[in-house]
Amino acid sequence: MIASLRSVSKRFGQQVALDRLSLELRRGEVVALLGPNGAGKTTAVRLLLGLSQATSGEVRIFGGNPRDRASRLRLGAMLQVGRMPETLRVREHLQLFSSYYANPRPLAELLAVAGLEGLEEKLFGTLSGGQKQRVLFALALCGDPDLICLDEPTLGMDVEARRAMWEQVRKLAARGKTILLTTHYLEEADALASRIVVIQRGKVIAEGTPQELKTADGSRSIRCTTSLRASFVSALPGVTNVEQEGNIMLVRTHTPEAVLRTMLEHDDALSGLEVRAAALEDAFLALTNNTTAAVQ
Amino acid sequence: MATTIALNMPRTQPSLARIYFNEVRFELLKLSRNRSYLFSMIGFPVVFYLLFGVTNKASVFQGHTIARYLLAGYACFGAMGSSLFGIGAGLALERGHGWLEMKRASPMPAAAYLLAKLCVSITFAVGITILLMILGTAMAGVHITIIEALRLLSVIAAGVVPFASLGLVIGLLMPSNAAPGVINLIYLPLSFCGGLWMPIEALPHWLQQIAHGLPSFWFARLALGSLGYSSSSALLAWALLAFYTVVFLLAAAFIFRRQEAQA
Repeated sequence: MIASLRSVSKRFGQQVALDRLSLELRRGEVVALLGPNGAGKTTAVRLLLGLSQATSGEVRIFGGNPRDRASRLRLGAMLQVGRMPETLRVREHLQLFSSYYANPRPLAELLAVAGLEGLEEKLFGTLSGGQKQRVLFALALCGDPDLICLDEPTLGMDVEARRAMWEQVRKLAARGKTILLTTHYLEEADALASRIVVIQRGKVIAEGTPQELKTADGSRSIRCTTSLRASFVSALPGVTNVEQEGNIMLVRTHTPEAVLRTMLEHDDALSGLEVRAAALEDAFLALTNNTTAAVQ
Repeated sequence: MATTIALNMPRTQPSLARIYFNEVRFELLKLSRNRSYLFSMIGFPVVFYLLFGVTNKASVFQGHTIARYLLAGYACFGAMGSSLFGIGAGLALERGHGWLEMKRASPMPAAAYLLAKLCVSITFAVGITILLMILGTAMAGVHITIIEALRLLSVIAAGVVPFASLGLVIGLLMPSNAAPGVINLIYLPLSFCGGLWMPIEALPHWLQQIAHGLPSFWFARLALGSLGYSSSSALLAWALLAFYTVVFLLAAAFIFRRQEAQA
């Protein structure tokens, strides 16, 4: 066991941010924490990092208190930082953080892993948004930590930089490192996570591999061009949701075969047919009952 | 594989001395590359001293020239500025934009962060004082002995501590965009009423009464005392500055605890 939250609650006055939440992180796992804004993701991460204290319940990392220096020596965190000292060079930022550890990763290695080669002499303030994110990533890796918390790591990165970081996260996991990821990009969670934990209103509402979550409600998406009315299709048995844009229709259903048979019987001209398993996004939205977001 | 073995072993502790040293070194480097900070921290006391001290080199006050009096006053002014802005505005900025969280989640001892900021404020305060002494002797004919210079420098270095503690309170309380304005609202009246810009005896009586309750007044008394002006008790002044330091540090600790409980 690398880290655990056991029945942890966190209250801010009357407001309950975490409600008896339990979470375990094991060696070599990439765990993605998903949830709508305000679900308690950040609170959970802050508790794990020892940046705030639980109202009740127990938080342990490496069997100890997250506030102990011994715990922090094995922990790396990449948090969302709006601004950090801009008049230090990339190399200097890394040197300073590296000095916090007895056996830091060599500078050249850090620069390579975070894709910062050639930028080491640049002042932090002159970097682009994506480059700044990569510096924060490198800072999290300075001490070659066994547990790495990444809070929205690829925010503001272009596709190429994002893929490069994903590759590094996979390599870290392959070396036995444990990674806790919070992200808004469901694609990112799908690509990286060995386990996804969905939280809402401070509680875990679902947990499993990306595949398990996608197939959990067993629904399929049917996409086609049809002249049928949405009201007709949504009244069919087994249909959970219908969206229509022009003459393109998107149908979510647990019984795709029966629904399709009826639709084809009523519309000879039905074309462009596509049936696929729900995406992680669909599963996520179904779990958090936030279907309106899909239409917008 | 080496990493597998290391994974379940506690990590060796790094040298604390090296962390403290690096924290000071990079804090100093960070601020000395910040032009607007340098300009206001060093620029204001130097320009004011040139305007009001050097041009008044003939006027005499309590048997010494005004230029000598203002040397002590503007040295205090510079020390207060470097600690209030360096720590107050610096902390507000780093706290407000999440950088402090990154540092706190790291194995850096919190004391290293604070001590580095204090050391850098002292360095700037001492630097400003040396600069003013050079200007005073070179341009205003001020004469100070080596002993007087060393005494003034020690007073300035130690006097930074209560204002650094006040900076800590401001840095914890203020949002980063409001901090510089609030600091000026505290810094400038403290400087004026403390007798840093003109002899306290020239101020209205009621203002002199208020001045006796201000840390800037007692700081200035000590600085002036080191150049042979003030006859008031140095022990009392040190005791009051120590009292202010304790009050500010307790306030900072209280605010920090409260914020942490709400975070």
